Amino acid sequence: MATIRIPPVLRPAVGGERTVSADGSTVREVLDSLVGAHGELQSQLFGADGDLNRFVNVYLNDEDVRVLEGLDTGVGEADTLVILPAMAGGAPRP
Amino acid sequence: MTPSGAEFVRQVKGQVDEVDPTQVHEVLWDPDVAIIDVRESDEVSAGKLPGAVHVPRGFLESRIDGAVGDRAKRVVLYCASGNRSALAARTLKEDLGYDRVESMTGGYTLWKDRGYEVDVPRTLTPEQRERYSRHILIDEVGLDGQIKLIDAKVLLIGAGALGSPNALYLAAAGVGTIGIVDDDVVDLSNLQRQVVHGTSTIGVPKVESAAKRINDLNPEVNVVQHQQRLESSTVLDLFRDYDVIVDGTDNFPTRYLINDAAVRLGKPVVSAAILGFEAQLSVFDTANDGPCYRCLFPTPPPAELAPSCGANGVLGVLPGTAGLLQATEVIKLIIGKGDSLRGRLLMYDALAAEMREVKVRRDPECPVCSRDPATISDDEMGVFPDYEAFCAAAG
Repeated sequence: MATIRIPPVLRPAVGGERTVSADGSTVREVLDSLVGAHGELQSQLFGADGDLNRFVNVYLNDEDVRVLEGLDTGVGEADTLVILPAMAGGAPRP
Repeated sequence: MTPSGAEFVRQVKGQVDEVDPTQVHEVLWDPDVAIIDVRESDEVSAGKLPGAVHVPRGFLESRIDGAVGDRAKRVVLYCASGNRSALAARTLKEDLGYDRVESMTGGYTLWKDRGYEVDVPRTLTPEQRERYSRHILIDEVGLDGQIKLIDAKVLLIGAGALGSPNALYLAAAGVGTIGIVDDDVVDLSNLQRQVVHGTSTIGVPKVESAAKRINDLNPEVNVVQHQQRLESSTVLDLFRDYDVIVDGTDNFPTRYLINDAAVRLGKPVVSAAILGFEAQLSVFDTANDGPCYRCLFPTPPPAELAPSCGANGVLGVLPGTAGLLQATEVIKLIIGKGDSLRGRLLMYDALAAEMREVKVRRDPECPVCSRDPATISDDEMGVFPDYEAFCAAAG
């Protein structure tokens, strides 16, 4: 099972965990099983067209899956998927 | 009878070829002529002929080969008045076999009197040498790096949680000009993390409060207070005066505005974002083939998925850690050392005490940085799809 790193904004949707494991041999399969277990993530990760939302990046280890084969990128047992939504926190708007 | 010292110098001057400063001026930038300054270091530090190589007379024999390898090359030597250079010229000709050696009459004094150009090397005052001694001692910074820091102009967007450590440490490091953009005033609830401010400046504009603290830490820093919001109508004029932009804002419209203006002007942005226990950091430097913020995130998340720390909590030390990683990147950019976070995004998870990084690729179809920067219009800057709806929902 691949390991998925959950960013802070999405942790409430997975019971507060920082990492979770999910089955699958492609990025799509792993994310599908993640969403199957934690339904709230569906709208956060995927748009109506079934593609990843543009404000969320998914990395296989340290590489953006969009420069690999997107959702069809193969995932091995020892791989880590990193989910990275845009984050803006800092000082109040100057 | 042996001659007096003065008589000896006169004799030597009669034996070597001498050349007038006017003739030296004519060959100042001639690559076929080597101009050698044989004075002591303290004399050179007050100024020398442009392009001249410093070989003190005391090290003439041991260092001249490094300065002029070709013994057939024309060599012009000078000192303060023309005596030491005559003695040095004799050594080069008689003992070391240089063919075409001349000594400049009247030396540096006459050169200056004639009004010819001089190079005054940058030096630090004794106080600066002491203040920055721990920088000067490390090779990667040294005197040159410290002078670069003193000449540098850094703009901090936001004098809040991330801006605070940047302001303090960049000031301590000797960054000569620090501009700060912020229209807010200091509030008691800021002080858990915004350490550039203090209890005594509650209610004071943040730019003023920060300037006061910065100048207490380092009175040499020129703090430019921009007490305003960052607006698309003024952002270009604002950025133009600075070398590095530090993004420590808490909202997407400002982040996109900073990005687009910086891409247009080719300025590097050192960016950090924090939430809860987690920080993200990167350097966006399109002038050096790096990606921009829009390559990483073409669009922001919808407002309901984009909490900012105004409404959400943040561990007070986290922006300290993230802000200092930013300040480190700023200093590296200024002194031109190390590997910057350009093309990389660093994630720091304070609870897990873990750092990870992922690659950030330049998007060949990026709506902003893939284009000729001159074609980015004022109206496009800071705008993204659904901008109106985003801002309405964000309030």
